[in-house]
Amino acid sequence: MSEIPISWFLTLSAVLFVLGVAGFLFRRNIITVFMSIELMLNAVNLTFITFSYHWKQVDGHLFAFFVMVVAAAEAAVGLAIILTIFKNRSTLNIDEVETMKN
Amino acid sequence: MLLWLIPLLPFAGFLINGLFGRRLSKGVINAVAIGSVVLSFAWVVKTVFSINLDAANTEHYFTWIQSGSLNIGCDMSVDRLTAIMLLVVTGIGSLIHIYSIGYMAHEGGYYRFFSYLNLFMFFMLVLVLAANYLVLFVGWEGVGLCSYLLIGFYFDKKFATNAGNKAFIVNRIGDFGFSLAMFYIVRNFGSLDFGTVFRAAPGASEATLTTIGLLLMLGACGKSAQLPLYVWLPDAMAGPTPVSALIHAATMVTAGVYMTTRSWVIYTHAPAAMNVIAIIGIATAFFAATIGLAQNDIKKVFAYSTVSQLGYMFVGVGCGAFSAGIFHLMTHAFFKALLFLGSGSVIHALSGEQDMRNMGGLRKKIPWTFWTMMCAAVAIAGVPPFSGFFSKDAILVAANHHAPWIFWLGVFTAGLTAFYVFRAMFLTFFGEYRGHAHPHESSPVMTIPLAILALLSLGGGFIAVPAFLGRFFPTVEVPEDFTLVAISVAFGLGGIALAYWIYVAKPGMADSIAGSFKILYTAIYNKYFVDEIYDATVVKPVVNGSRAVLWRGFDVGLIDGTVNAVGALAKRTGSVLRLLQSGNIRSYATWVLFGSVIVIVVFELGGGMR
Repeated sequence: MSEIPISWFLTLSAVLFVLGVAGFLFRRNIITVFMSIELMLNAVNLTFITFSYHWKQVDGHLFAFFVMVVAAAEAAVGLAIILTIFKNRSTLNIDEVETMKN
Repeated sequence: MLLWLIPLLPFAGFLINGLFGRRLSKGVINAVAIGSVVLSFAWVVKTVFSINLDAANTEHYFTWIQSGSLNIGCDMSVDRLTAIMLLVVTGIGSLIHIYSIGYMAHEGGYYRFFSYLNLFMFFMLVLVLAANYLVLFVGWEGVGLCSYLLIGFYFDKKFATNAGNKAFIVNRIGDFGFSLAMFYIVRNFGSLDFGTVFRAAPGASEATLTTIGLLLMLGACGKSAQLPLYVWLPDAMAGPTPVSALIHAATMVTAGVYMTTRSWVIYTHAPAAMNVIAIIGIATAFFAATIGLAQNDIKKVFAYSTVSQLGYMFVGVGCGAFSAGIFHLMTHAFFKALLFLGSGSVIHALSGEQDMRNMGGLRKKIPWTFWTMMCAAVAIAGVPPFSGFFSKDAILVAANHHAPWIFWLGVFTAGLTAFYVFRAMFLTFFGEYRGHAHPHESSPVMTIPLAILALLSLGGGFIAVPAFLGRFFPTVEVPEDFTLVAISVAFGLGGIALAYWIYVAKPGMADSIAGSFKILYTAIYNKYFVDEIYDATVVKPVVNGSRAVLWRGFDVGLIDGTVNAVGALAKRTGSVLRLLQSGNIRSYATWVLFGSVIVIVVFELGGGMR
């Protein structure tokens, strides 16, 4: 790993993040949106670890742990919400959850 | 001395009658109203004859304004000038109050009339007793208010309320001059107190004193109905006749004369201002006398006569003969009040008729009124040895000493005065009765004040006012010239004779004279169209200008427009921000992303997270 410059890791991380954002904005299925959110979180994790290895400090690892915990909790709650929405509206299309419009 | 009792007794009458009059009986209202004024008169008599009038009799009640070095208190004082004014105001006031019992007996709003009349007495007495310009101004404004209330007493008649408005508004123009004068006095002398100002006045520059004098005169022109602010007085005849007698003949309109006389120290050191006063006075006297020649309403004749006689008083003041001016003020109060009350008696006898063309031959039917009015008429015409002769002669002699042309114009005006007063007398009391009413003599409650005033009109000239006031004012040594006296008496008698010839000896001659001098007659009959000129040049431009510029332009356009624009702006911003809340989850997500990008960019540009 010492020969791979960190810019590669950071670029990978940025690309993963952008893919996650794109999926978050442009996909219609709620579950796909959630998967994109997880993708974004993991991209950020990668960035943290990269920098932590680069500066030889343990802070990045610790923060990555926090991010993973939050991601797990958020996934649990999010899936519960999705199940409730599906039970009430029988659809997983995010554009049809718009009763707050106007 | 308890000077505060003098004005406060009528004020108590005003409060009692004003607040409870609706439930009180006529007898109680009369007792309260007349009693308060008569008691005030009694206290005046007691005060005036018991104190030393040459000492500084000032009573300080409380400090009204204390601001930096300016200290204005509520002060009242009595000196020789005040004494004369107090006696005239309370004395004539009492007589007119008694007369009003009879005159207003069948009118509505009885208690309201007497409460307003008492309020007027209060303010007039405050004006006369004041020891500084500001308390005088309080009285000044107060009598203007009461004049408005009383002129518009018959408030259901449009012409009465219009007349009340006109009186108040035109007065305000004069008050503007008065206020400017007071500001100027404070700026130059640091105080409004008479004693302080008059002690410091000789040391001030003549330009300052002239400015103050001219501004005070502007105030006096408004209150005392001189050119160019006299237009309210003839219209003020819309009020009940006792009001015309008290306010517009004897007391309120003399406030201007009193104020300028009180400021004699300022005027004697500003000869230019005095000259202006004399010229305004004689011009007004002549102008109003010419209008009075052709009027048909008996009260209008006497209204223009009042304007004219006030002009004479200002001639006296302007020529330095202050005591002559005050002497004429007193005698004028006697005979003018009598003329008005008498015409009120005539109107009452004819059940409301005021047009002299519908009168005539009344001297046998209402003899008391006739004989008392005749006393007033010979007095105002300047026939010796009655009161008007002495006072007018004193003024004319002083005028001749100051500027002979004023004397000659004054003498000619005296002739005109005699002419129009006797024209009124002859049209009303001589010849055949031309109307349709049933004339009956008035009750004693009206005729006894007439009789008292008649005695005063005849004998008032022997009250030694000039000698009494001579110790107060600087004396103008004017040699007594018998030829001047003879000339003025001759003009007066000539006026009477001419009126007799035209109206009694050869009736119908008046109409033929009016026909031959048609343009001149139309001019004076329509009061030189002054009201129409004012309306076209001042009133309409101001009203229309206000409507177009101030109302539509500023108020609606600018102020309302600004407020409305703020509201519209809030509305537009809101409708734009509303698009943020679309209910679409994906757009929310987009905005979250967009916002976080902006925050990060701003942070980086602002120096990062350090």
